[in-house]
Amino acid sequence: MTIYNLYIFDKLGTLLYYGEWNRLKQSGITKDEEAKLMYGMLFSIKSFVSKISPVEPREGFLYYKTNKYALHYLEVPSGLKFVLNTDNTSTGIREFLQNIYTKIWVEYVVRNPLWTIGTPVSSDIFKAKLDEYVKQSPLYGAKLL
Amino acid sequence: MVIYGVYIVNKSGGLIFNLDHNLPKIETEKTFSYPLDINLEYEPKRISVSFGQRDGINVGHHLVSVNGMQVNGSVLEDGRDVREIIESKDSYPLSLKFSRPKMTTNEKIFLASMFYPLFAIASQLSPEPKSSGIEVLEADTFRLHCFQTLTGVKFMIFAENMQAGIDVLLRRIYELYADYVLKNPFYSLEMPIRCELFDTNLQALLDQVEKGGVASI
Repeated sequence: MTIYNLYIFDKLGTLLYYGEWNRLKQSGITKDEEAKLMYGMLFSIKSFVSKISPVEPREGFLYYKTNKYALHYLEVPSGLKFVLNTDNTSTGIREFLQNIYTKIWVEYVVRNPLWTIGTPVSSDIFKAKLDEYVKQSPLYGAKLL
Repeated sequence: MVIYGVYIVNKSGGLIFNLDHNLPKIETEKTFSYPLDINLEYEPKRISVSFGQRDGINVGHHLVSVNGMQVNGSVLEDGRDVREIIESKDSYPLSLKFSRPKMTTNEKIFLASMFYPLFAIASQLSPEPKSSGIEVLEADTFRLHCFQTLTGVKFMIFAENMQAGIDVLLRRIYELYADYVLKNPFYSLEMPIRCELFDTNLQALLDQVEKGGVASI
């Protein structure tokens, strides 16, 4: 069980926050470009899923897995997107992401009057609370090397 | 066991085989009175629901018939304009039939080639070294299983969510591909698969799996 990294995008595709824990490989491009690539991929997956789905999707895309990691995706109705990479055996990540949204994002970002909508989050308290929440979770296991 | 479809994509991302299996047909017919309580969007080639989903008529569904008469683009079979009928009070009550749009072959080819970069980006954005591309992609209505052979051909199965043992089925389909497609002297590599034996054997395999589960193969 490991958590690698977390991306938070808004509805326009701006990277609002990026957090990294046990990431073992960097993509070899700048963070900015990586965020664009990630958002582009998610956008395509969303449209792919809605077209190819045999019946009407409600939540649409949930996650994908490769042989090494799993990417979990949560989109809230306002268009805010949470993307979490974990190892591919972890479970219960959807609830975990939902909690990050309700307990940490809403509390420490949305209720912070100094944050302007649509700009990257630089609040230290958000960063600290998120880090604490991730590290306390059972999903955050020891780094396996 | 429900399998919605099988797709085979060659190593350059082109769709070379596709089989729809058990795709549910979603159609709703309902009688409306004036004024219409759903918003329609009139495009030159189709009329679709843009707002106000109810009773199984969802946003994005296309209008297929008016009072039992087929709609072609924006006109009825007898040449009358659909918009005029829907907007005039005299034509009500009106029975409209909507359906979820079916994918055309072109759209399938487009989607198959769209999966190719997704597969590649997933491995590039991996936080761990030496990751493969997407193997399983889950949405709330289906699960996509993808198996890439060493030669780069991708086999994809769209199935119901809680379906175990699809990997075995994917490998069986690979076997069928090796037996009936690659050994067919009239088949040229990378081209769409038109081999009758492959079709029949694949169909038989899917039927068997549907009846007896993956354990039966």
